[in-house]
Amino acid sequence: MVHNPKLVAVLHNPVAIAESIQQRKRWEQIFILLGWFSLLVALLTLVVLVADLLIRGWPLLNPNFLPKFLSSPPSSDPEEAGILTAWVGSLLVILVTIVVAVPLGIGAGIYLEEYAPKNWLLDFIEINITNLAGVPSIIYGLLALGFFVYILNWGESILTAGCTLALLILPVVIVTTRESLRAIPIGIREGAYSVGASRWQTIFDHVLPYSMGGILTGIIVGVSRALGETAPLVTIGALTFITFLPDAPIKAEPPFISFNWLWSPFTVLPIQMFNWVSRPQEAFQINSAAAGVVLLVLTLLVNSIAIYLRYRFRKSIKF
Amino acid sequence: MSISAKNIARLGMVAAIAAISSTVVPAAFSQQSAPVIRIDGSSTVYPVTEAAAEQFQKQQGGKIRVTVGISGTGGGFKKFCRGETDISNASRPILAKEIEECKKNNIQYIELPVAYDAMTVVINPQNSWAKSLTVEELKKMWEPDSKINNWSQVRSGFPNLPLKLFGPGADSGTFDYFTEAINGKAKASRKDYTASEDDNVLVQGVTRDRGALGYFGYAYYVENKNKLKAVAIDNGKGPVMPSDKTVLNGTYQPLSRPIFIYVNANSAKRPEVRQFVTYYLSNGPAIVKKAKYVPLPSSAYKAILAKFDKNQVGTAFGGKEAIGLKLDDLIKRGLQ
Repeated sequence: MVHNPKLVAVLHNPVAIAESIQQRKRWEQIFILLGWFSLLVALLTLVVLVADLLIRGWPLLNPNFLPKFLSSPPSSDPEEAGILTAWVGSLLVILVTIVVAVPLGIGAGIYLEEYAPKNWLLDFIEINITNLAGVPSIIYGLLALGFFVYILNWGESILTAGCTLALLILPVVIVTTRESLRAIPIGIREGAYSVGASRWQTIFDHVLPYSMGGILTGIIVGVSRALGETAPLVTIGALTFITFLPDAPIKAEPPFISFNWLWSPFTVLPIQMFNWVSRPQEAFQINSAAAGVVLLVLTLLVNSIAIYLRYRFRKSIKF
Repeated sequence: MSISAKNIARLGMVAAIAAISSTVVPAAFSQQSAPVIRIDGSSTVYPVTEAAAEQFQKQQGGKIRVTVGISGTGGGFKKFCRGETDISNASRPILAKEIEECKKNNIQYIELPVAYDAMTVVINPQNSWAKSLTVEELKKMWEPDSKINNWSQVRSGFPNLPLKLFGPGADSGTFDYFTEAINGKAKASRKDYTASEDDNVLVQGVTRDRGALGYFGYAYYVENKNKLKAVAIDNGKGPVMPSDKTVLNGTYQPLSRPIFIYVNANSAKRPEVRQFVTYYLSNGPAIVKKAKYVPLPSSAYKAILAKFDKNQVGTAFGGKEAIGLKLDDLIKRGLQ
């Protein structure tokens, strides 16, 4: 029952009702405008940044110079300096990161969400993982320096760097895996159980495929972050000047596959960019901007696999 | 969804195999085909060593590999004294703490000055009054708890214009040296100035403000001569502008400082390290010029090379900063 006399009066007056609807519609319009504005601010910032990088890096990015820029090692001469060792290093490091972080992260996420008994220990672990996602990356660098470099004696290698970044993005992968699993409607599980599926079958055949879209988003966010990291890699001893590439992973003679590259010293794109930005010669600023564009493209390429998979998974889901 | 499930299974298998095999492969495989010279340390010395490494590798046709990292003078010495690097770049002499650390690990080193850096005090091009400043005036501006915030307080006759200060952050070797040379104590500085580890930020700051004053390495001034004005420094003997000449004849004081490389004495026994250091010192002037620092005279490089050939270990500075050290003293002390 409505007791507010003013409201009662409105409810009995068609003109007032129409007026009220009009007013609420106006508010809706205002909100939509506000939404557009927010979107525009975010998008414009991105466009301006990318355009700025593109324009400043263009002298090295145009088709005449790009092949040389991509195939030259660093140099003290801005015109000679390229990013061969940097992009190869970035790619190999991120490969190790993905191979380590994705199975571990998804596995831990599934266990925590589906199997772990709900008790104080789980709460404790959950709080810690969520907090770990917000720990500054340099802390991971220090941890990795002590653990990977000195205790495990892996040295300043691609393996160390990949595992360091894997630790860094693990919390993100675990948290998003759990969130995506949780978002699957209960009916799906009940349906599977009702035809006699075991818990493992339910998870593997139904829950996991449906939540893959969300999980892949988490992986994309994590990988992008890892590709842009400098601080933890400098801590574990990434180099700045290195002109040779790691050992090739594929060999002509048996056993054809070699893992020597894992132990190789390396540099990555963000470190080169940082070095060039702080050089006195203005010409190095161009190199830095061009390297920034290459880093953006590399990030998109690495993520494109995940983006494609996500598209496939999402297309096949119909609730 | 059975296809996707299979895909996941396959993906998982590949990932698991890769993960296991990559961790099982022993570190024994890690040797490289070509010998590697490992260098790390100061970002100030980096451009010089980078140029040397690049030209040396080209000359050798890639038979010898050189890697250079930037972890700062202090960070570089940490690795050097653990025996992880062959050569350490340093923008100041090795400190007592680091000498101790090296001794503990039985690491001996050969100390080699490679160039001079002239810390440059810069002002906005529109600043027509501060053609020169005395060390005392600089100290008045930069000392801890300094209350000076207007040019008129620096010297009577200077205009009434707010003074905006720009300088490197506290982690920088340039900061350590400047505070020691001007304020008399390393790291003792007023804190209310615009600080950045990126010297290009300082260049921009000084370019934008008529009342600005900043300091940084000579190379940044040389590259931005059209946007900035250098201040002549008066150390009691009249104003002196920073230049190759005034640095070398020892009149630009107290803001010129030597920069060094330290060679691990054990590594120096390896032929490739010997070759590299010999190349570095015999091509010193060209390499240093390329990196926009002030090269030592050729005779000095000869003397320093002779020191290296004799494997003279130890430091000539007793673990302290080398303030106001003239070239002759540097060579003499270096050859003790």
